[in-house]
Amino acid sequence: MTIAIIQFGGSNCDLDVLHVLKDVVGVDAELVWYKEHDLDRFEGAVIPGGFSYGDYLRAGAIASRTPIMDSVKKMADEGKPVMGICNGFQILTESGLLNGALATNMYPKFRCEGTYLRVETTDSPFTSAFKEGEVIRVPIAHMEGNFYADEKTLSNMEDEKLVAFRYVDKDGHVTDEVNPNGSQENIAGILNGKRNVMGLMPHPERASESILGSDDGVRMFQSMVEYINNR
Amino acid sequence: MLPENDLKIITEEMGREPNLVEQGCFLNLWSEHCSYRSSAPLLKTFTTVGDRVIIGPGDDAAIIRFGDGWVLAIGMESHNHPSYVDPYNGSATGVGGIVRDIISMGARPIALMDPLYFGPLDTPKNLYLFEHIVEGIAGYGNCIGVPVVGGEAYFDETYSGNPLVNVVCVGLAREENIVTACAQKAGSKLVLVGSTTGRDGLGGASFASRDLSEAAEAEDRPSIQIGDPFTEKLLIEATLETIGTGHVLSCRDLGAAGLAGASSEMASKGDLGMRLIADKVILRESGMTPYEIMISESQERILFEVAPENVDEVLDIAKKYDLHASMIGELTERLYYTVEFEGEVVADMPVKLLTEGAPTFERPSTAPQERDIGDKPELPADLKQAVLDILSSHNIASKDWIYRQYDHEVQIRTVDKPGSDAAVLRIADGKGLAMSCGCNPGHTLLDPYEGGKGTLVENSMNLAVKGAQGIALVDCLNFGNPERPDIYWQFKQAILGLGDAARDLSIPVVGGNVSLYNESGEYGTAIVPTPSIGLIGITDDIETVPGSFFAGEGSSVILVGSTFDELGGSEYYNIKGLRSNGRAPKVREDAPNIVDSIINIIRSGNVVAAHDVSAGGLAAALAEMCNEIGANIDISDVSEDLRPDDVLFSESHARAILVTSEKDKVVEMLGDIPYSVIGNVGGEDLHIKGREFDISLSMKEIAEARSSLTKLMME
Repeated sequence: MTIAIIQFGGSNCDLDVLHVLKDVVGVDAELVWYKEHDLDRFEGAVIPGGFSYGDYLRAGAIASRTPIMDSVKKMADEGKPVMGICNGFQILTESGLLNGALATNMYPKFRCEGTYLRVETTDSPFTSAFKEGEVIRVPIAHMEGNFYADEKTLSNMEDEKLVAFRYVDKDGHVTDEVNPNGSQENIAGILNGKRNVMGLMPHPERASESILGSDDGVRMFQSMVEYINNR
Repeated sequence: MLPENDLKIITEEMGREPNLVEQGCFLNLWSEHCSYRSSAPLLKTFTTVGDRVIIGPGDDAAIIRFGDGWVLAIGMESHNHPSYVDPYNGSATGVGGIVRDIISMGARPIALMDPLYFGPLDTPKNLYLFEHIVEGIAGYGNCIGVPVVGGEAYFDETYSGNPLVNVVCVGLAREENIVTACAQKAGSKLVLVGSTTGRDGLGGASFASRDLSEAAEAEDRPSIQIGDPFTEKLLIEATLETIGTGHVLSCRDLGAAGLAGASSEMASKGDLGMRLIADKVILRESGMTPYEIMISESQERILFEVAPENVDEVLDIAKKYDLHASMIGELTERLYYTVEFEGEVVADMPVKLLTEGAPTFERPSTAPQERDIGDKPELPADLKQAVLDILSSHNIASKDWIYRQYDHEVQIRTVDKPGSDAAVLRIADGKGLAMSCGCNPGHTLLDPYEGGKGTLVENSMNLAVKGAQGIALVDCLNFGNPERPDIYWQFKQAILGLGDAARDLSIPVVGGNVSLYNESGEYGTAIVPTPSIGLIGITDDIETVPGSFFAGEGSSVILVGSTFDELGGSEYYNIKGLRSNGRAPKVREDAPNIVDSIINIIRSGNVVAAHDVSAGGLAAALAEMCNEIGANIDISDVSEDLRPDDVLFSESHARAILVTSEKDKVVEMLGDIPYSVIGNVGGEDLHIKGREFDISLSMKEIAEARSSLTKLMME
């Protein structure tokens, strides 16, 4: 089993994800430069964080229109797990693989800090190793993480339990004070309708080893690997 | 144009008067910025060698041995004047420039630090500069994926009209992958990779010749470079991939003085000449003259020396990353720097004359007259308020509004994050890199020699509390106009102080940058002496690095080092408007022993928290250690002769607070080193008493005071 890590010009968390998958989780993973088109040999994909194309037009907008994204869509259609982290989340919403959009943070500056997340569903290839309602620590680092969806989409997402993570305080309460970017309903990560595509603004690869302050994030990758193994 | 004397020297050496293109090259390469004309003799006094130094000053960056085949590349730069004119782009391109210095050595940039100096935030202009300089660093550093892991922000009137933006960058490489800027072989081809070359940043190193540039409409262009971090990120990957092929014989990034600077210095270092074909440079706009092509400071460009048979492979890597690249010339046996354009030779200069011919000299320096040190102010009636005032001073307050904007965790190495005394990054096999930067301008203003020494001692202590020994330092020497004897005296004294401390602590000075003429016509001020440094060290075991906050209820709190009546230059005096009162703290002979002792004790694993005592004194240090638990402190025995405000606010050097549950072991390890056990960890407040006072600060009061800068910016 090999997981693809999609590399665009400007991706900058690609090597971090590679390290966590290979050295911490212990699974095969490979960097795939965006000019490649065929992803058939991979069982899953991670679109890492960074600034694809410098975020010059709009975060994720240019990357979402590259041919490799057609291959990522194909993977998703085939039921393979696809995780987009930070800029990867932005690319997934821009390409229509996930609902909603990520606007500029309410306080319009880049924000890099630790956050607490509440696991909202364990019914997904990325969250099965958690307990529902569990509070975990995973840091954020972004300027455009303010999740927005229209009312109907949002209520549908809530009904189908497509919200994966919310920003909470350390006791698990959703409050405005701990919402770092103004996201609706403190949403930090979401799933698609088929639940095999997840996008999240926090960086699980930065919380996968205790020396870095938290290893809660590694369970997202472990969940993904277990899902692939059981397919 | 060229100063008359320079023109005379060049004409004599060349046997003819240089033409206008040649004059332009000399003007830029012989500038203070490129040739260190009035600083070179002083910089020579630094000790630049050491066991771990593989490459010292003179290349794009220094190379320091880390161990197990790993080496570190380190460099430091200023981007002061551009950041005043265009704060966002000025600071952004400052980051870009130093990062290219690191990659051109073959190292992957793994960390940045930014010491920043601003005017007080009570005017719209200073606020604007502060906000956008920080944003420029964030915008560039975040995009290229290099974490800003440390820095400092200091505020003083004299930086109004001339803020300082200094940047330290550290890279990591395997020793066998290191390349230098020393050209290797006549016949090798030169390949220029990266952005196109345009008219931005024309003559940034000197001032572009109006006569030459007028025809080319250059005067309508700002001489500020515009950063393109996306291209820089591609250039990082392309450069490292290209160097990884083993085909790069030498390499230099294009910085000050553009192509002329980078290429001639490469040739000169290798005792070779060079033939460049200016038409081959890929241009951003039409109608550029050869002069403009040679000195353009367009960003995100790098020059490789490659054997002829490998040129195509190098061009292919550039193509993979969608970068521009072209072969623009070759190295020659003939020791001339020759530029051709449209089939004609437009410049033909002896290469050594261009790169090393500028006369260097010491300028006259005059010590200032004996200063009236003024009277000591009365002991404040409300010492608690005095502590809170210091904590909320922007120089002492939390800088989280700044570093929250920097992606300080990308590359997942950051074990100790910004806000700590030193950043700690994991490197390999449990070993870590500790980094600290900055200086104390309040001290250097009163005494540039002692302030220069103190700068290194303080940074060394920042590393020591992480269990790390300093292994190399880089400097960024920011001063006013060196033609003024009083300024040149400051410059000289600070260099001598820094150099002496470096020898005392056995830390080589491996590189840096000089930024002179930091004066403001608008305010009629020269900056206070600002000899900022970046210091790196190694910690053997990242698992044992203690935290910075009080921890372990009941643990002992030990103040190591001696506290003297040294309030001169302190933040306590600064906020009282007594900046010129008193004498700056002196660095005493036992400072290196104290630093060593702290390192040994931390490495023994007996310390749960440790913090350097510096700006704001003991009171600020104790308050900064309060996070979830407080402490009960009694300073009665620290010194019998001192007033409470001396003990609380003095900024005497070589002091640290250690928190330990193994008091006896730590005390035994301290041996002859002066120390006082000043209390225990516990409670919800910081309770400090002395012989004549007793104060208590709640966590909330401390947090409130320390958040002054963040509040100001977010309101």
